[in-house]
Order: sequence, then structure tokens, then C-alpha cells
Amino acid sequence: MTKQMTGARMVVQALKDQGVEVVFGYPGGAVLPIYDEIFQQNDIRHILVRHEQGAVHMAEGYARSTGKPGVVLVTSGPGATNAVTGMTDALLDSIPIVVLTGQVPTFLIGTDAFQEADTVGITRACTKHNWLVKETDRLAETIHQAFHVATQGRPGPVLIDIPKDVQFATGTYTEPAQARTGHYQPKVKGDRPAIEALAALIEQAERPIFYTGGGVINSGPEASRLLRELVDATGFPITSTLMGLGAYPGSGKNWLGMLGMHGLYEANLAMHDCDLMIAVGARFDDRITGRIPDFSPGSKKAHIDIDPSSINKVIHADIPIVGDVTEVLRELLEIWTARGRKTNRAPLERWWGRIAEWKQVNCLSFRNSDKVIKPQYALQRLEALTKGYDRYITTEVGQHQMWAAQFLHFDDPNRWMTSGGLGTMGYGLPASIGAQIAHPDALVINVAGEASWLMNMQEMGTAVQFRAPVKQFILNNERLGMVRQWQQLLHGERYSQSWSEALPDFVKLAEAFGCKGIKVDHPGDLDDAIREMIAYDGPVVMDVLVEKHENCFPMIPSGKPHNEMLLGEVSTEGAITGAGAALV
Amino acid sequence: MSALNIKKGATSHSAYELRDPHAEVIETHTLAVLVDNESGVLARVIGLFSGRGYNIESLTVAEVDHKGHLSRITIVTRGTPQVIEQIKAQLARLVPVHEVHDLTVEGPAVQRELALFKVVGTGDHRVEALRLADIFRANVVDSTLESFVFEITGTAEKIDAFADLMRPLGLREIARTGIAALARGA
Repeated sequence: MTKQMTGARMVVQALKDQGVEVVFGYPGGAVLPIYDEIFQQNDIRHILVRHEQGAVHMAEGYARSTGKPGVVLVTSGPGATNAVTGMTDALLDSIPIVVLTGQVPTFLIGTDAFQEADTVGITRACTKHNWLVKETDRLAETIHQAFHVATQGRPGPVLIDIPKDVQFATGTYTEPAQARTGHYQPKVKGDRPAIEALAALIEQAERPIFYTGGGVINSGPEASRLLRELVDATGFPITSTLMGLGAYPGSGKNWLGMLGMHGLYEANLAMHDCDLMIAVGARFDDRITGRIPDFSPGSKKAHIDIDPSSINKVIHADIPIVGDVTEVLRELLEIWTARGRKTNRAPLERWWGRIAEWKQVNCLSFRNSDKVIKPQYALQRLEALTKGYDRYITTEVGQHQMWAAQFLHFDDPNRWMTSGGLGTMGYGLPASIGAQIAHPDALVINVAGEASWLMNMQEMGTAVQFRAPVKQFILNNERLGMVRQWQQLLHGERYSQSWSEALPDFVKLAEAFGCKGIKVDHPGDLDDAIREMIAYDGPVVMDVLVEKHENCFPMIPSGKPHNEMLLGEVSTEGAITGAGAALV
Repeated sequence: MSALNIKKGATSHSAYELRDPHAEVIETHTLAVLVDNESGVLARVIGLFSGRGYNIESLTVAEVDHKGHLSRITIVTRGTPQVIEQIKAQLARLVPVHEVHDLTVEGPAVQRELALFKVVGTGDHRVEALRLADIFRANVVDSTLESFVFEITGTAEKIDAFADLMRPLGLREIARTGIAALARGA
């Protein structure tokens, strides 16, 4: 039995068949037929955003907090181009997103028609794959294929461009089971001899470390469970990238904290001095490695990743294992268990002794004040006062993001959403709404800087309209803090364009949007303000006026190895010189 | 797919096969990439090379399996062994790419390029051009009283050599197809 329907109805039917419950979007001329279908049904909820970039970040927040793909629906031309930043963000952070764009009718394509843009051309470099559908008969199958590509292998954003005449025309609907997903079947099982070799190294290692990333989160909750079992059974220390926080609990006994440019001293030193590095779903980003020739020079490196192009891209892997983290960790545990679950106990004990010495440095210490709110203190209090809540955290990009990663602790995966790869200011507010839509009863907080937050603040309208009680925790230093920090350290303290003048009154702004505004500028009032924010039943914008010139430490300056970190109390004069200054 | 005659399982875009990653030697590799012949597939491949800063020395593309809508792209590229491995891995993860073969490492391969040469001249030059064309087994595919168009097939080096010889004899224009390559043997 073949089902005939219009292309527009097919879109809605295909989304239902893919289990989609929420679509983030914005209507326009080229998607009107699809919006007409959305109007006539109640299975799929549509969240009307205020700007298409917000729609994609919301879909990212939804996807990262649920593990399900996020869906975006926007119009042609400006609708599609406004979504480009979000798709690039999702590509770099490997987040599954399906973006549906309207397009001018096929007979107008190429004529510079109103709101025409070469959407598949523009988004080719910022999607995992994209399609322009020219026949209604191919539409449903393409949507099913798109979900397959977005979620299989290394996840990522995909885009389907649908001309308006294809939406109007009638065609045959293809069920998900009948859709050809083609040859795109990434390898998920690891190579057994390589996993055996890793098990043997685990038995011998004297100074091992697990270095985990967002791939563990993307692989699903089972990957985090297996990782915890493996880390606890081996007794090895573990560190994680910004993207991987929560895969191993922040309260776990083997946890060293985040590594990298603003990572913890003990985590970076352990990476530098280890003799066995087990990289799991991490990609040796430049924020992690620092100076490549000095990156962990004495270690054997095993690298587990589902994307073969991640392996040996930056750092040579002695034991490359291409596969899904869940599958590989399960097999590794099996093999290592069959071999008797041995580790090299005495040297491992000494290794922990050295790590304990590094921890003594207390690298996150800062000089607190009873007059101004230190941003680190604000996050310490936020952490303390939100303990026990069903909590999801998003961030914007900059100093506050790094402090949040250092001072907030995540005991579960999918609880931490931040723009890691692309570093997109304006990510956090819409992402928090996406996470809140997925988890209506949870406490969702966006830790923000005032400059980032202003980039997508229009989405507060979305939060109010859809009753998403997101809490915007703005650490307001009236500066582009990270830019200012770099200018201080390597541009002779010439603070070019890095301060915010004419900032809005955030309390009035909040009230103008119809939500609650709270302003706090004294450390003594902070706890009550945070409690008030949590207790309020609705969206809150909290303006936390913090120390304006606080720097984020520890810091590995660009072009330096892990063992040349700057700590808060040391002089930072001349820290970045020569070639390092050219790096970002 | 038998028409394509690509050996199965010989693909070397595996991460397990990396040659010395620290070698800084620049190698030239010929890659055969089997892709779905769909709209935009060539732009995807070229965009990958330009976006990631890889070199393309030569590129040819044509549908080789009309029923299966499969095209074969032959790319000659240069880079360190690590870069070559990256190129293969990056190509292999494009959704419309079915297979990536490195003909340079998978055993001996034949490589051929076709070129058309327009040579203009009279008298001795004209006679000499025709004589050299014969030595290079180039065919005359068009002739006027003061010009020839030669068709020559061979390796890129042979075509370069022929061009060097034709230049003083009145070479006006060259059109080259880029390299097509197949692994030797069954």
C-alpha cells in the first residue's frame, strides 16, 4: 500500500516516524506549506525562536541533553544563512542536528529569486552532509537518510533543502524501514588485536592516564558506565576535555579535573609525564596539546575514536582503535578481565603519589574578597547551592566558560553543554532553552558573560513564550574578559575594543521581556540572590557584577608545553613570546 | 561494479597502516575515489581539498557505472605521509564516497593521460613536428596547411616531454585530460 501525500505533509509524517517531538524554527515564504501542516497536527511541538541561529543552538542544547537529534525548520535565503553558525558549531562539537530549509521553487532556482541562496553550496562545509530534494517522491526517503547520517558514526549536523513546489506537489511516502540508508555504515567494532595490545599495556603501565572527550558522551550513557567501571577497576587517573565533562563523575576518586589550556595543573602535568595515555573519544585539539613536539613526549598513546580521520591527525597513535566507544570499552573490559584484571600496582601507587604532590599546588586557588564578587567565588556558591538539584548547565564562551568548567562538577553525562570546538559566543542562552524544553522540570542554568549573552538575548522572548524557566547567571565584568586577558598578557596591555560600554540595565531588560531580573554586586548578598534565582518559577536574568580584571588561571600560553603552565600567583610578564603570539 | 575492476579490501585509508608519520618527505600519490554520481559530489571533494589546504595536481572524473550512478574520481595529490593518510581518511568519511584506493601504495598501477596539441608552422618545423609526433606515437587528428592537432596518450612525464619538444616548433595550445589510473593485474 503506497501512501500519497503532499511534500509538506511528508515532512511532518517523516519527523513523526523518526520519533521527533520538538522542532525549533521560524517560518517564512519558502516553508509556508510545511508550517501549514504543522498547524494542523498536535504530535510535534514547534518552538518559535527569535532568530534562526537561536533555533540551531536550541536544537544543540536539546540534542546534547537528551542524546536525541535536534530538529530545526527555517526558511530559504536569510533563514538558512542565519543557521550557518549553529551548524558549524554542531559540526565541530559532533552534535546530531537535522536542519530543514525551505528553498525557492525549482523553476526559480538560479534566477536570483527573492530569498534565494545557494543553501547546499553555502552549507556544504558546515554540515556532515546535505541534500537538495528536487522530487517529492524522494523527500521522505531523504529525510530518513538524513536522520541516519546525523546520528550514525561521528554525529553531526545535516541539512535538507526543500523547494516550495516540492512541498506543494503530491508524491509517494517512504516509510523509515524502506529508506535506503545506503553504504553509510561506519565501523563500530574495534580491531581486536589492537584492543588486546591495549589490555597488555594496561597491565604494564607505570604512569597511566585516561584522557576522555565528547565522544564518550556521544556514544551514549552505556559508554560512561563502562568508562567508570574501567577507571575504577584499573585505579588509573582520568582527565577529560571540556567536551567530555560528566562522563566520569566530578566527585569520582580518580578524577583529576579538566585538562588543556585552562585545565588543572595536576591533569596537565599527569598528561605530560604519563607513560600510557588512553585517549577515548577525544581528538587532540590544539587547546589540549599545546606545543605538539612537547606533548606528552614519553608516553605510548592508544586512541579510541569512531572517526578514522581523527586518528593520527595531530598526534601519532601507537595503538589506534577505530570504533564506537561503547563497543570498544566493552571489549577492552572483557579482554582485560579474561587476562585477570592485572595492573602494575607498585609503580601505580608511586604515580598517584606524584599526582598528590601536584594537587598540593592547589591551582584553582584565588584571592577572594569581601568587597567585590570574584567570578570563581560566584561559581563556587552556585555549585554549592545547586547541589542535589536535577541540574543542567550551559555556557557562553570566554573566561566564565573556563571558570564554570573548573568550578562546577558534573556527576553525569549530558548535563554540560558548551561550545567547545567553534567557541560560539551566544551559544549558551538558546542552548539552555533547548535543554529546558527537553527537561521541563529540571534546573537549567546558563553561566554567561555579559558580552556573549547580548549576542542572542532576543531568545529570552522564546523562553517567556514557551515557559522555559531558564536561569541566566551572568558574570558581568563589563569586559570581553578573555580578550582583555590576552591583551594584557601578549599585547602590551593595550585593551583594544575589549570593554563594554553602554551595557543595558539587565534587570530592566529582564522585566521588559516579562521575566525576573536580579542584580547582585556584593559577596554578602550572593547566596540569597542565587537562592532567589533558583526558587523563582520562571526565567530569570541574574546580573552578577564581578571583579573586572580577574584573569583565568591556570593557563598554558599558546605555543608552550603542558609543563610550563602559568598559575594565578606568578608573574605573567613575557609569558607568550615569539611564535606563540601568532597562535590563537 | 565489475566494470570498475577495483580490488576489494585493498583500501589503505585504514588508520592501522600509517607509514612513518614523522617523515617529512613529500610524496606524490594517485587516489581512485568511487563516489555516488549525485549533484555536488565533485564540489564536496574539491571543497575538502581547498578547505583543509591539500594539493590537487590532477583530477579527472566521469561516471563509470551508469546503472549504479557511480563516478570514479582520480586525484593526484602531494603531501607528507601523514597528510596523505589524512586525505584518504577525510575522503572516506564523505557520505557519497564508497571506496578510496591509494594506487601508489596498493601495488603497481598504470597511469595514462590524453592530451591534444596544436602546433602551427610551415617548412622544416612542420616536418620535424610530424617526425617527433611519430616517435611519440602521437596521432594527427586535424591538419591544415600550416597546423596540426596531435593526440597523444601516455604518462604525464611523456606528455611533458612531448610539450618540451613541440614548444620551439610552434606549439600554440595544449588541452590535457588529467590522469586516469588503474591497478595492474586481475
